[in-house]
Amino acid sequence: MTLQSFLRDKLIPIGTVLLAIFALWYVFTVVLNAPFERDQAERAGVEISTLELISNTMAQKRPILPAPHQVAVEIWQTTVEKNITSKRSLIYHTWVTLSSTMLGFALGTTLGILLAVGIVHSKVLDKSLMPWIITSQTIPILAIAPMVIVVLNAIGISGLLPKAIISMYLSFFPIAVGMVKGLRSPEVMHLDLMHTYNASRAQVFWKLRWPASVPFLFTSMKVAVAISLVGAIVGELPTGASAGLGARLLSGSYYGQTIQIWSALIAAAVLAAVLVMVIDLIGRTVTRRMGVVA
Amino acid sequence: MSWSWILAAVVFWLATWATNQVLAQKRFKDKTMQGSVDVLIPILFGAALLVLWEGVCKGFSVPTVLLPPPSMIWARITASTDILWADFRQTYLKAVIAGFVMGCGSGFIAAIIVDRIPFLRKGLLPVGNLVAALPIVGMAPIMVMWFGFDWESKAAVVVIMTFFPMLVNTVAGLAASGHIERDLMHTYGSSYWQTLFKLRLPAAMPFIFNALKINSTLALIGAIVAEFFGTPIVGMGFRISTEVGRMNVDMVWAEIFVAALAGSLSYGLLALLERAVTFWHPSYRKR
Repeated sequence: MTLQSFLRDKLIPIGTVLLAIFALWYVFTVVLNAPFERDQAERAGVEISTLELISNTMAQKRPILPAPHQVAVEIWQTTVEKNITSKRSLIYHTWVTLSSTMLGFALGTTLGILLAVGIVHSKVLDKSLMPWIITSQTIPILAIAPMVIVVLNAIGISGLLPKAIISMYLSFFPIAVGMVKGLRSPEVMHLDLMHTYNASRAQVFWKLRWPASVPFLFTSMKVAVAISLVGAIVGELPTGASAGLGARLLSGSYYGQTIQIWSALIAAAVLAAVLVMVIDLIGRTVTRRMGVVA
Repeated sequence: MSWSWILAAVVFWLATWATNQVLAQKRFKDKTMQGSVDVLIPILFGAALLVLWEGVCKGFSVPTVLLPPPSMIWARITASTDILWADFRQTYLKAVIAGFVMGCGSGFIAAIIVDRIPFLRKGLLPVGNLVAALPIVGMAPIMVMWFGFDWESKAAVVVIMTFFPMLVNTVAGLAASGHIERDLMHTYGSSYWQTLFKLRLPAAMPFIFNALKINSTLALIGAIVAEFFGTPIVGMGFRISTEVGRMNVDMVWAEIFVAALAGSLSYGLLALLERAVTFWHPSYRKR
């Protein structure tokens, strides 16, 4: 991509949209927070100028909608200026969420791949399991999250694993479906070629099906990692708000700390974006090493 | 511990497995016969799972707090239909449907606008793709704070959750019609709107239904999770979180059963509708 087309197709349009979002955000900050300021001024019995009103709306302690720079300041204070082992550090909470996300993601990927291998190789599994895998996802599984956490807690399993189990349940589905597609993607001609080589089932699997499914694997891993993060966050809600981004959201909503909620949200968004990008990068590198022309 | 329960469950499991093994290998000449067998196999599998669940619970006398057997859950469902119905009305009929319609509708309209303006497409699509991957459920506490405890805040969460998948998928769908078809419309001298309604929207339907199906699950999840953050004393999410606290796990499972039923039914309904609308699509044509 040349610099000029990068500017024309990426930087300028995306930049404009982002700028527009920020501008809208500021407008809404003023509009939503203004009633409170007017109310305050009226009670104090002072006239408040429009300019003052606007600047006041961006400096409230518990605004209805915090201004972007307030959130930025909060993030700066809770990441750079706090010790990362401190319970008030956003990095600490992000780390807690990240670790259960990664564990759940790893478990989900393994389970998904195993299911896909079973489904591709056994007709019975294909016919009996596949409809249930699809049905399992029409169940709003996050609804079970609090129960899984509480119940596992009751029998003494707490900490990372219960949250990871929720992430696993959410993330195995895209992997299983994508891998079934991927393992079935070799053409009949290639399968016949393996057949003429007198290749065993295992050989067909390792030398043809598995390599053919790698691009599918990475595509579905990108989806899976994003939803296992959602699972980890929701899994943290009922743990009594001890640690993690979900806990930050919950305690923020209990105490009306909107700035804290927004900074946790931004942290979650950044984490999701980074995770997806990392998977994308790994996927690209691997497929390039395998000889796929990008 | 009673071995008879476990034994019975395992025997039933093996029997259904063997039946499925036989059924799956057979090829039936008759189309309807083959179709009903294809339906029967997963049902048998599901029944085996249920029996195994029941057997393990009864056999190992698993504490009901941990995992209640299906029979107990079913007893709870039939015993408390009025509570379940009230929760269902609050969460599904009010919040989910309102939010789903508004979210998908606005996503659809936004997609048509975005499609019309190439600059917006270049700028908004990457952002939309990113947002679609974000944990939007996290917006729930904020929405509860803005729109109050009643169903409006849940509908708002559902709107945000369903908007972006709809936007991204519809834009992709509008680009799905081929150049040849578009050129044909051009030679007919058709206007932008004629091309849109007669060619591009029908061609986009598989994508749009894909988004609708994704959204039907997302909407239910969004509404239930939003209720964890504050709600009047009715609603599926409220019931789940309070009954978990009171260790009434059978009630939680009853609530989950309702949610699963609602989720599967709405998914099925959308799938049927998709079949009716996109009858021309290769995957639905009779072979």
